[in-house]
Amino acid sequence: MESAAIQISNLNFQYTENSGVVFKDFNLSIAVGERFGLLGPNGAGKTTLMNLMTGVLHAKSGKIKLLGKEISEDKEVKKLFGFVPQFHSFYQELSPAENLEFFGAWAGLNRTEIKERTKELLSALGLSYVADKPVSKFSGGMKNRVNLAIGVIHRPKILFLDEPTTGVDVQTRHAIVDYLKELNKAGTTLIYTSHHLTEAESLCTKVALIDEGKIIAQNDLQTLLQEHKQDGLEGLFLNLTGRSYRDS
Amino acid sequence: MYKLYTAILKELRIMLRDKAALAVMFLMPVLLVVVITSIQNSSLKMINDNTVPMLVCNRDGGENSLQFIEALRKIGMFDLQKADSSLTDKQLTDSMHVHDALIAVVVPQGFSSALKSKSQNITGKALTEFGMAVNTPQDSSTDVKETPAISMFYNPVLQESFRLSVNGALKSAQQFTENRAVLQALYLSMSNKKLPDSLEQQILNNKSVINQIPTAKDGSRKIPNATQHNVPAWTIFAMFFIVVSLSTNVVKEKISGSFIRLKTLPTSFVLNLAAKQITYIVVTLAQVLVIFSLGILLFPHIDLPKLVLPENLGSLFLVSLACGWCAVSYGVLIGVYAKSMEQAIGFGAVSVVILAAIGGIVVPSFAMPESLHLLMKISPLHWCMEAYNGLFLESGLAENVLFSLLPILAIIAAMQLAAVAGLKKQRLI
Repeated sequence: MESAAIQISNLNFQYTENSGVVFKDFNLSIAVGERFGLLGPNGAGKTTLMNLMTGVLHAKSGKIKLLGKEISEDKEVKKLFGFVPQFHSFYQELSPAENLEFFGAWAGLNRTEIKERTKELLSALGLSYVADKPVSKFSGGMKNRVNLAIGVIHRPKILFLDEPTTGVDVQTRHAIVDYLKELNKAGTTLIYTSHHLTEAESLCTKVALIDEGKIIAQNDLQTLLQEHKQDGLEGLFLNLTGRSYRDS
Repeated sequence: MYKLYTAILKELRIMLRDKAALAVMFLMPVLLVVVITSIQNSSLKMINDNTVPMLVCNRDGGENSLQFIEALRKIGMFDLQKADSSLTDKQLTDSMHVHDALIAVVVPQGFSSALKSKSQNITGKALTEFGMAVNTPQDSSTDVKETPAISMFYNPVLQESFRLSVNGALKSAQQFTENRAVLQALYLSMSNKKLPDSLEQQILNNKSVINQIPTAKDGSRKIPNATQHNVPAWTIFAMFFIVVSLSTNVVKEKISGSFIRLKTLPTSFVLNLAAKQITYIVVTLAQVLVIFSLGILLFPHIDLPKLVLPENLGSLFLVSLACGWCAVSYGVLIGVYAKSMEQAIGFGAVSVVILAAIGGIVVPSFAMPESLHLLMKISPLHWCMEAYNGLFLESGLAENVLFSLLPILAIIAAMQLAAVAGLKKQRLI
C-alpha cells in the first residue's frame, strides 16, 4: 500500500516567464490518512500549491504524485481526489440535487450511484429539505455545504479543501469540521487551507506553515507548539511569519 | 453519453430559469421581425402598388402644358392633384404638406409657346433639308425661344432611386409632348391640315412591350418582398443576439470557479464546451422554427406577405445549422475573452447591432454604400444573410448553398480556435 498520499519533489513554478518564482525546488510529503493543514499568510502560495496538486496549474518542473500516480490529464488520477474550492464553484440556478447530478456524472458516477450519494450527502449535511430548491436562495453556510457535497460525491481518497468554512456561522463551521473528521475516519486524506487557526487546530493532525513559497515549519501540531514554545497555533503563526502586513 | 446528457440538461435548466434571457432570445426577435417587416412592406407597397401623390401647378395653361400633364397622368405612377396656378413656390411647397404630396411639379409660364416655337423651328429645318420649305408658319432663321425648365419640388425623405425614377418620368412626358408638337407642326406644314387624332395615336403610342421577368438560380420566378428579406434577416439577428445569454453564461462559469472545478474532474473540458454549444445551437434552430412559423402562419393574417419557404428544406436546415453554430461560436468567443458579465453584455449586444448594420441585416447589402462593401465582409451576419438570400431570394440549388456555407464554416473554425486559445491562456483548459 502507498504510504504517501501526496509526494511533491523538486517542484518549480512561476505564473509567467516575467513574474516572480512562486516555488523553487519545493518538496512536501503527506501521508495517507492525515488531516493536513497548509497554513500561511496571504500570498504565501497556499492556493497555488493546491491548484498544482489538483492539476489546475502545471509545474514548470518537478513531480507531484497522488497515491503514487503522477498528476496529469490521466482520468484515473483525477478520480482519486476531490476538490472543494474557496468560492461557490457550482451553478446557483440549479438545486443541490441537480448540481450533484451534473458533477457526479462528470466525476464518473452512473445514474444509480448519483441518486444514492445525493440522498446520503444531502442528509449528512442537513440539506435534504432544500434538495430541489435553487441554490441562489441559500445562505452562505448552506452554499458551503453544497460546495463540500460536490467535492466528495465520488468518495475521493484525497480531499483538497481551500478555506471551506469562509463566511459561515459557528454552527455550520462545526458541522463541516465534524463531517470532515468523519470522512477522515473513513479513510479520506484531507489537505486543508484556512486562515481560521482555531478551526485548523481542531481539525488538523499535522500542519505545514508556508511563506513565500517555502515551508517554514512542518510537523504534527503538538510537536510544533512545543518546539516553538507556543500554546496555540495563532501564536506560532505570528512567531514564524511576523506581524507585518501581507497585502499581495 | 450520460456525461453529455447531464451537461446539456444543466445548460437547459439554467437557460429555462432565466426568463429575461428567454424573452431576449424569442420575444424580441418576434417583435422586431413583425414591426420591421410591416414598416418595410408599407413603404414598398406605397411605391409598388399605389400611385404617388403629386401636385401640379400649371402656370402656363396652354395646349402643350395640358398635353404634358396628360402624358404624366398616362405614365400611371402619380396621383395628380391640381394646384392653383397663382401659387408662389413657397405656397406650393406649403400646399405639398397639406396634401401629403411628396412631389410638386411646376409648368412655367411660356412653356407652350416656347415648345410651339421650338417645334416650328425644327419643322422648318427638316423641310428645308428635304427641299420642301413651303408653308412654314415660322421662318427657321427666326430666334427660337428656349423651353423654360419644369421645376420639381420633392420631400427630402424621398429616396434617391425613387427621385431619379420621377425625374425620368417627367423627362419622358416632356419628350412625348415635344414629339407631338413637332409631329403636328410637320403635318400642318406639309398638308395644311391638322393631324388626325387616329394617325397621331398610331405614330406616338409606342405599343412595343418590354417583358420584365425575375429569374433565380434555379430558373424560378419568385418575386422578393419584405417578408422574404426580413424573416431570415431578423432570424439571423436573433441567433447572434444569444451572445448576451451565452457569453454571460460562460463568464459566470469562469468567475464562479466552475471551470476550475471541472478541470479537476476526470472528464474532458471539451465536453462542457460541446454541451453548451449543442444546447444553444438547438435554441437557434428553435428561433428559426418560431420566426419562420410566424412568417408562414401569422403574416398573411396581418396583411403582410406570407413567407415562402425554399423548396429544398434540407438546404434550409443546413444553412440554419451553420448560421446557428456561427452565432454560438461568437457567443463563446465573447464569453471567453470578457472579464465580467457587464463587459460580455455590453460588448456582445453592441457588436451584434454593429455587425448586423454593416452585414446587410438592417438594409439589404446591395443598397449599402460602396464604402461599406469591404467592411461588410468581416461581419459573420453578412455571410449568413448571403446564404439565406441564396435560398429565399434566388432559390439556390444545393451546390450553391454548400458554396455559400464555406465562408461561414471558415469563420466558425477561426472563432473556435480563438476561443480555445483564450481558454488556454487563462489556464482554464
